[in-house]
Amino acid sequence: MRPQEYQQLVQQNLPPRPVLKNTLWAFVVGGLICTVGQVILSLVPFFEPSKTGSAAITLAAMILIGSLLTGFGVYDELAEVGGAGAAIPITGFANTVTAAAMEYRREGYLQGMGAKMLIIASPVITYGILVSFIVALIKSLILGVL
Amino acid sequence: MQYLIAFLVGGAICALAQLILDTTKYTPTHVLVATVSLGAVLQGLGLYEPFQEFAGAGALVPVSGFGSSITKGMLAEAKSFGWYGLFTGTFEITGLGLAASIVFSTAITLFRKPQR
Amino acid sequence: MGNNRVGIQTIAFSRQPRIASSYTIVGPLEGKGPYALEFQEILPDDTLQQKTPEKTERLMLEMAIEKTLQQNDTKISDVQFYIAGDLLNQIISSCFSARTYPIPFLGVYGACSTFCEALGLGAIMLQGDFADQVLIGTASHYQTAERQFRYPIEMNIQHHGTNHHTVTGAAAALLNLGTEGPRITHATFGSIVDWGLKDANDMGSAMAPAAFSTLKQHLIDTGRKIEDYDLILTGDLGKQGSKMLKILLSHENYTGLERIQDGGASIYSDQQKTGAGGSGSACVAVMTLGYLKNKLNSSKVKRVLILATGALLSATSSLQGDSIPCIAHGIALEA
Repeated sequence: MRPQEYQQLVQQNLPPRPVLKNTLWAFVVGGLICTVGQVILSLVPFFEPSKTGSAAITLAAMILIGSLLTGFGVYDELAEVGGAGAAIPITGFANTVTAAAMEYRREGYLQGMGAKMLIIASPVITYGILVSFIVALIKSLILGVL
Repeated sequence: MQYLIAFLVGGAICALAQLILDTTKYTPTHVLVATVSLGAVLQGLGLYEPFQEFAGAGALVPVSGFGSSITKGMLAEAKSFGWYGLFTGTFEITGLGLAASIVFSTAITLFRKPQR
Repeated sequence: MGNNRVGIQTIAFSRQPRIASSYTIVGPLEGKGPYALEFQEILPDDTLQQKTPEKTERLMLEMAIEKTLQQNDTKISDVQFYIAGDLLNQIISSCFSARTYPIPFLGVYGACSTFCEALGLGAIMLQGDFADQVLIGTASHYQTAERQFRYPIEMNIQHHGTNHHTVTGAAAALLNLGTEGPRITHATFGSIVDWGLKDANDMGSAMAPAAFSTLKQHLIDTGRKIEDYDLILTGDLGKQGSKMLKILLSHENYTGLERIQDGGASIYSDQQKTGAGGSGSACVAVMTLGYLKNKLNSSKVKRVLILATGALLSATSSLQGDSIPCIAHGIALEA
């Protein structure tokens, strides 16, 4: 058998991905996380009426929830079921930061946790900034702000 | 009603991401970066804010909200201060997410260890 | 050609070195698996009160060595060589475990095939009269492997059917030319096989051609058939890799495939949600020195072949888009 034939054979014999089941679970888990966010978003205005303020508090609360669930070893289990449903919400972002912080703390607070806390979150931050910069630059030029 | 919309919209974004993960060779990192970038572009087109108006937390909580917030901050500060606002505006809104993640994570790291 | 060689790649041991004593330690998850009773020690937790999993892995290996020596009433000074390897960068668990022993140490690396590499080299030393006793050992730990090859433990990851779960455990064995224990009759060291597979999340499929190539060469060299073995224990192909190995074998009309069992695919039960099964250098080691040795000692099987496979990739090489070079070493044991 030639390697190319074998590679094709591997593709044909991979265990089937439960696409429908995964998608459904991602929908449910992601949806529920957003619903929790909505509950917070609806309650916050009682003591923080400004729109930006309540959105900020909601996000902070979601990040706290994500970090706590990570600390107690729950979030990785949630992700086994929910997949993207656990990764896409901001709680997933918080999870990557907390998970990396806990993991690399063993190499010290400075060179371990300090250096590597954002190691997983970094692509999101980096490309978030790069893409936003290009978008904002183009829009500012078009609007004649600059 | 707003809860249902948040559930459906947030769930749909995640389901779409999962579908891409399961049917293509892209990794979770690819999909996350794509979601953030999409949020940034939609904000630039002026679409993300009406979307968030409609979906509430369903648009705020997914990381696309992170991308849109960076663009929003940059645009706002560019308007106020000119070109350097594009840089200073980066963390105007998202600084919160970043700072909260770092502070909470550090606090938890003091008490908890990875398990299994 | 040397007198002790048969065929192209196989060594035949006329003096038939033996596994005089051995000790296996596994973590709590493996201790809940279907082969739990075969292992000599099951740890209550996977930390052993150590600060880091690297220290735990090292300690497990040291414990396995101590117990192996104790069981045979052997002092370390009566052993001439200590051969060990593990998964970590610079094989630190093995090197650090050797610190306390004032005997020559040889570090080996073959990923999950490390154990067979050490076993074969030890047998060669005894056959060649270079040593009276050789100590071998290996260890792996889920957390150390996960953080080195993949992601932080608590990170959100959805595992798939082809992902492996690194076995937490350690195994050591004392080899000599005595009268106790299973005899090592043949060793077939494999060459590197790389059929261009790149998916680090499917190491089983990548390793199957290596297992196939070594098994085929072993059978040609020794003139044996698969049926001449009561059991062939492959190491860490997992469910997916075993499936691919059987496809490759049946493609060339081999029979007796039901005699092939995979250590990685067996060590966990389906309910334990470990994807394709176990991996890690400890996996095939604890399955051989636990399960297989018990079977040989109780004469349930007479002749077995261990076929340990290793995927020789690193986190860097897979990010750089390189394919996965794989290897398999075969060791034939007789009761």
